[in-house]
Amino acid sequence: MEKMPHWADVILIPLISLILAALLSALVILAIGEDPILAAKLMIEGSLGSTYGWGYTLYYATNFVFTGLAVSVAFHAKLFNIGGEGQAMLGGLGVALTCLLVPWPHWSMALLAAIVTSLAFGALWAAIPAFLQAKRGSHVVITTIMFNFIAAGFLNYVLVNLLRPAGSMDPATARFPQSVHLPTLHELLLPLNIPFSKATPANISFLVALAACFLVWHLIWRTRIGYEIRAYGHSETGAIYAGISPYKIIMIAMLISGGLAGLMAINNVMGEAERLVLNATEGAGFIGIAVALMGRSHPFGVFLAAVLFGFLYQGGAELALWTSIPRELIVVIQALVILFTGALDNMVRMPLERLFRATRQHQAE
Amino acid sequence: MEFLTIIQILDSSLRLGTPLLLTCLAGLFSERAGIFDIGLEGKMLMAAFSAAAIAAISGSAWIGLLAGIGSSVIFSGLHGLASITFRGNQLISGVAINFLAAGITVLIAQDIFQQGGRTPSLQEASRFGPIDFPLTNVIAPIPILGPIYSELLSGHSILVYVALLAVPGTWWVLFRTKFGLRLRAVGENPSAVDTAGINVAHLRYAAVMICGVFCGIAGAYLATGLQAGFVKDMTAGRGFIALAALIFAKWRPWQALWACLLFGFLQAVALRYQNIDFGAFVVPVQLMDVLPYLLTVIILAGFVGKAVPPRAGGEPYIKER
Repeated sequence: MEKMPHWADVILIPLISLILAALLSALVILAIGEDPILAAKLMIEGSLGSTYGWGYTLYYATNFVFTGLAVSVAFHAKLFNIGGEGQAMLGGLGVALTCLLVPWPHWSMALLAAIVTSLAFGALWAAIPAFLQAKRGSHVVITTIMFNFIAAGFLNYVLVNLLRPAGSMDPATARFPQSVHLPTLHELLLPLNIPFSKATPANISFLVALAACFLVWHLIWRTRIGYEIRAYGHSETGAIYAGISPYKIIMIAMLISGGLAGLMAINNVMGEAERLVLNATEGAGFIGIAVALMGRSHPFGVFLAAVLFGFLYQGGAELALWTSIPRELIVVIQALVILFTGALDNMVRMPLERLFRATRQHQAE
Repeated sequence: MEFLTIIQILDSSLRLGTPLLLTCLAGLFSERAGIFDIGLEGKMLMAAFSAAAIAAISGSAWIGLLAGIGSSVIFSGLHGLASITFRGNQLISGVAINFLAAGITVLIAQDIFQQGGRTPSLQEASRFGPIDFPLTNVIAPIPILGPIYSELLSGHSILVYVALLAVPGTWWVLFRTKFGLRLRAVGENPSAVDTAGINVAHLRYAAVMICGVFCGIAGAYLATGLQAGFVKDMTAGRGFIALAALIFAKWRPWQALWACLLFGFLQAVALRYQNIDFGAFVVPVQLMDVLPYLLTVIILAGFVGKAVPPRAGGEPYIKER
């Protein structure tokens, strides 16, 4: 017999965790002498109250969908990929090379090429930790952490010594040509006569992110390899007994995971900055962990959680602008979400399971 | 290269290696007891902030040190609660602790001091000053031995010597006491320890608390010894370099000392020379920065001896099974 109904597992537990995180965040705001209700109002207005706010919320959400999916796919194989940050950095390098080296006649071709290169570069960066886990048993968590730092150093070197235009002091590439400019949501919605703020970075990558959600769902629940990934994640010995090769599953899951993290670069590098700068990822790779945990590793949940974090990011920026609450408040909220939905999951789950068992016995009597 | 330059670089290696060493020993206790800890960075950061803030307010580096240890131990308790009591994922708990520290330090610093998330610069009395060994003036003129004694060994803050003494201390506790034997056993085979009638959870909590104390000293040294005050994200990945050193040392105290001194040396060289010109080729500073991580991956890959972690590491212990 199941300990509790499915809906409680996928909706109730994340919701309770979220409320706990929100309550604690409110306490933190109170403790630094600000009004939590006013803060919440400012955040909602700043991120959802105008198309300008929505533009930024969706821009951030797009980043988090990619990194959240990346962590989720690895989670399904019971692998913890903390390397999303480094993989997204390398994806950015792929995008930058694609946009700078080839004179693209149209943005659509450039976007297709950038999708391929960012996927490939991200997957490549995940391939070494994946191989070391699969063949040598080196813990993938540690190696992906190390690879984040190695990626940062490598990118620093490439930007300072190789890709920086002559005469520039800034460790960044040249601006991408106008021909690879991705249509923003403003430009996309204009023909439909829907007014949308011009000043926001939300762009067509949002649609790519939606497609990625669908494709990942299809991959995990509708294909043979997805089934094998889930089987392996559920029970390694069971999977081996069923003839599934752990080496193959670890490699495939990590390559897809790294590729998805790399794919984020079409949004932040190609869509927003239109050049590659140092630290372009801004921690989005790590937020993917919170998003995947919150979204229970399901693409639909990941999408909702990504929008939630997009809201937090944009709302947090507005808060820092209008009050004396620093932007780091979102880092605290993010930490609390990871804590409650991830590490302290059992703290919420155990009492709930007891409650459901009690009511069920009560009904049986 | 001049002899004095070498001494200066080694001196700086020791300074920079100290926070790594303390944090590495912290991780050693925790991981030997089977609790993975990737939250070393966060605990060190939290301690650095608390130590600097309290030292700035009280004017005493020692009270700052106590505050640093206290805050780090609280975070350790949180990690213990998540990974021992609620049997949660230790890695996820570590990630959460890192973010919690990164955010909350800036939030509180801004609230108290209003200086953009930093503490005021600490005056001499609220820092750990250098301790001069006796007779440095007499010994200094002696060639070779003199500079080693008066420049390299003498003139560090007391926490540097604490860190160095902690190495044999850790070795003794882990390998020569009953507590140490049980602690290592609980990291390899907790059910055997349980069968012997010893409380697994208590032992693991003890290890996690010791880990908190060491991270606390490391953070306090960073903010009130090595530097004069707290700035946002001042640990700058040191917790992860310490984690790398721990793997590099294969979870052993003496090897941890050498690994941390090596990584401290790399930082000292990167700090002193940007790019190193060997004539035929140039070693870019970025390579020096990532070398600890690269070396650790190579060690992890098992190409140069295999690094095998404690066997029960990362797994919550469930009694009923």
